[in-house]
Amino acid sequence: MVAATSTAPRQGARRPGGRQALRLVLLVVILAVVLYPLLWMLGTSVKSQQEIVNNIGLLPQRFTPGNYTEGWSNFDLSFGRFFLNSAMVSLLTVLGNAVSCLLAAYAFARLRFRLRGIWFSVMIGTLLLPGHVLIVPQYILFRSLGLVGGDWPYLPLLIPQFLATEAFFVFLMVQFMRGIPRELDEAAKIDGANPYGIFRHVILPLSRPALVTTAIFSFIWTWNDFFRQLVFLSSLEDYTVPVALTLFIDSASQSAVGPMFAMSVLSLLPVFLFFLAFQRMLVEGINTSGLKG
Amino acid sequence: MALTTAPGRTGPTRSARSHAPRRGAGRDRHGEGLAGYVFLSPWLIGLMGVTAIPMLLSLYLSFTNYDILTPLSEVEWVGLANYERMFTADPSYWHAVQVTLTFALVAVPVKLAAALGVALLLNRAWRGVGLFRSLFYLPSLLGGSVALAIVWVNMFNRDGAFNSFLALFGIEGLPWVNDPEWALETLMLLAIWQFGAPMVIFLAGLKQVPSELYEAASVDGAGRFSQFWHVTLPMLSPVIFFNLVLETINGFQGFTAAFVLSNGTGGPVDSTLMYTLKLYISGFTDLEMGYASAMAWVFLIAIALITTVFFSTGRFWVHYSDGER
Repeated sequence: MVAATSTAPRQGARRPGGRQALRLVLLVVILAVVLYPLLWMLGTSVKSQQEIVNNIGLLPQRFTPGNYTEGWSNFDLSFGRFFLNSAMVSLLTVLGNAVSCLLAAYAFARLRFRLRGIWFSVMIGTLLLPGHVLIVPQYILFRSLGLVGGDWPYLPLLIPQFLATEAFFVFLMVQFMRGIPRELDEAAKIDGANPYGIFRHVILPLSRPALVTTAIFSFIWTWNDFFRQLVFLSSLEDYTVPVALTLFIDSASQSAVGPMFAMSVLSLLPVFLFFLAFQRMLVEGINTSGLKG
Repeated sequence: MALTTAPGRTGPTRSARSHAPRRGAGRDRHGEGLAGYVFLSPWLIGLMGVTAIPMLLSLYLSFTNYDILTPLSEVEWVGLANYERMFTADPSYWHAVQVTLTFALVAVPVKLAAALGVALLLNRAWRGVGLFRSLFYLPSLLGGSVALAIVWVNMFNRDGAFNSFLALFGIEGLPWVNDPEWALETLMLLAIWQFGAPMVIFLAGLKQVPSELYEAASVDGAGRFSQFWHVTLPMLSPVIFFNLVLETINGFQGFTAAFVLSNGTGGPVDSTLMYTLKLYISGFTDLEMGYASAMAWVFLIAIALITTVFFSTGRFWVHYSDGER
């Protein structure tokens, strides 16, 4: 490298056009590979059985929307039921996480009480605790309480969510609240507010962005979650979408591929809509969180 | 860190009064001590009921022959028999360990390399970069679902899209997902396909690298590769570390895709028997919950050990520019 070139602000900056074009071409190629499975899924969901085997192109020669109606009523219960179940579990999980994690986060971020440091370390410790480790004893406990397969079998899925066990959201909210100026608390205190009033009138209204992030991620993760729903839901009428989808694999006859793909597409639709609506937030939310995906 | 910034429009800050002692010097004038526990109570109940007590219960059960059918009061203490069986008498347990380690050792580095590579390509701001970033991130949102696992398995079937693609070059493909040699590889590809989440984190890290460093390196005559090696990588090492820890721990817990591919069996020939799947089969198919509890504890200890190893080796290669990031 000759010293003369170093007067340019950065290497390669003199010929930005060529390099940039190469970059773009590379990115487009990678993107095509990355998006291919999704497009293929979409295409296959509207192909006839004949074409699924023979037509290797993305687009069907004959558009076959019948897969959707067929898949919708492929089992004794319609997929509408499974969608309702999934929506209910996901929305209640959103509510539970938002409320319980916000309360815990306020305590950690703003209040001084005995053993706070220790509890905070414990909370951080549970961040990396794999859920699979707890599934067996939780199952046993919930079963001994008569909650597994009970009148309303979603309780084992929902109770933990109302008890702030998603440490990740607690942590996210603590981080957020630390950014809210303490002067606001002090001012409210001087005006006579107690910790409950400060929570209600200062922290709660200002925590909206963190609540929205929590809501979006807990919806998507619960909607996609399979493990816990598989363990705790045992009868068809209680099944959520992911559990119901696995029924297609059991009946793995070739004839069900089209309907199976159609229902798979439908099951991803809510997440995809969330993605369209909140993509900026999701991408930036993952920056603060980094977890899962 | 977008979320940690203080919201701007928060009204008057009354800074004149902020010189009042912030910390109450141990006094509890506002009932904070009680309020703290009131606000913390849901979390505390959850910690006890959903985390701590189940953990202890599972530790106890791991020394018993508990199956869900006999009542808890009649379980038999079997000492270390479950652990002995796991390590000496259950070959499929070792398959599970092997499958899980292989999966993590291959999929995680490749995924992170892909994430870093694409992040570097995207790192120059130009119009449209946001769109690319979002679209690359999309698989991370969808990839963990049953639906996508179903699609993936079919894509690598005998009649799947992948073999159609190979056929264009006159290559006759295998039924990859049914081949014990290749089934796990298709699952790895599915994991790698979701490189968008770590990529977004890398992009945020790359933005933090001060451009003066590149200018200085360039003045010193460093070439592109040298800049990458001596500036980008060290400056990015905290983010690499963060991604590595998270992806490894997530990698160990892969369940859904393996379940879908093998219809819950871990086959063909145990080739996709991820640890969590083995645990599920023992606990909920064979109903050997004592045995499954022992497995869960070994898993927990293994993850704790690996995390410790990461953090203790991290100090040798993770470079923090100002103490902390």
